[in-house]
Amino acid sequence: MSEGVKFLIELDRFAGIERRYVVKKEGSTDPSFGKPPTARTIEELLKYGVINLDKPPGPTSHEVVAWVKNLLGIPKAGHGGTLEQP
Amino acid sequence: MIGVISHSSKEYVALAQLHSPVPRERLEEVVKEFTGRIYQKPPVRSSVKRVLRIKEVYKIEILEYEGTFALMRVDCQHGTYVRKLIHDIGEVLGVGAHMRELRRIRTGPFREDTSIRMHELSEAVYLYREEGREDMLRRAILPQEYIVSHLPKVVVFDGAAAAITYGADLAVPGISLLSEGIRRGELVAVFTLKGELVALAEALMSTEEILASSKGMAFKTKRVILERGVYPKTWKKKEA
Repeated sequence: MSEGVKFLIELDRFAGIERRYVVKKEGSTDPSFGKPPTARTIEELLKYGVINLDKPPGPTSHEVVAWVKNLLGIPKAGHGGTLEQP
Repeated sequence: MIGVISHSSKEYVALAQLHSPVPRERLEEVVKEFTGRIYQKPPVRSSVKRVLRIKEVYKIEILEYEGTFALMRVDCQHGTYVRKLIHDIGEVLGVGAHMRELRRIRTGPFREDTSIRMHELSEAVYLYREEGREDMLRRAILPQEYIVSHLPKVVVFDGAAAAITYGADLAVPGISLLSEGIRRGELVAVFTLKGELVALAEALMSTEEILASSKGMAFKTKRVILERGVYPKTWKKKEA
């Protein structure tokens, strides 16, 4: 099994889903272009990465995003979920 | 790309308070009526238009029931208001109910048990900056591919990946392997053989149809993620 496929199976495991794969056509990828996501540098992860952060009650999502940006020293960050305000 | 997450299913643990006790069997019965496709009118204080909407509740499980307090786990479609769901359950029970507490335990593929706390992130950043240790920060900041980890997957050859970054749709010959059970119309994530996310796409053919074909458009590109130029163009320009 290729490294790439192993990584996809790790993604499925993370999501708690078991998927089966079928090969349409065997093939290889040129190692001189691109690179596996697991080989990204911290700088690259900071640019295009995701954090599954446990937001405590109290601060708003917006405030937590501002805190994360400041902590990581990054210009852009967003969030993927807001709970209704009680 | 964050839209993939906001449009994915959600799971909550909610504490409901009934305004009078009812037998557990009765509660279980009514809760069952609220699973599947339900009609829901968004609450007065909501961020969407207040018209009756159909939402799907995949599962409601009563975790604990004591006195008038019911702790329940709700697995539902995005945009379902759990506060309203509990209120409506109270109406059908005839005693009334309201939500006391709510915690989201899953958003798409991101579950509570794989989440990190703010102090852990802070510690990871400290260890990286002060001691040059990357391990903890690497566990905290995941590659963007995790955002689509719950979607069915399609793996393409380098040339097809390059073409997709120029807006092309994905034809059968570009596919190396794919998840079983993809249905027409389904949203999938397209990857390179190295595991890099190339694009989000909509299936025009099912897995079976793709396996049985040697040509034809299999996936319509919806959103390109991979940057142009990472993989070289392999197709020839038409002569002018």
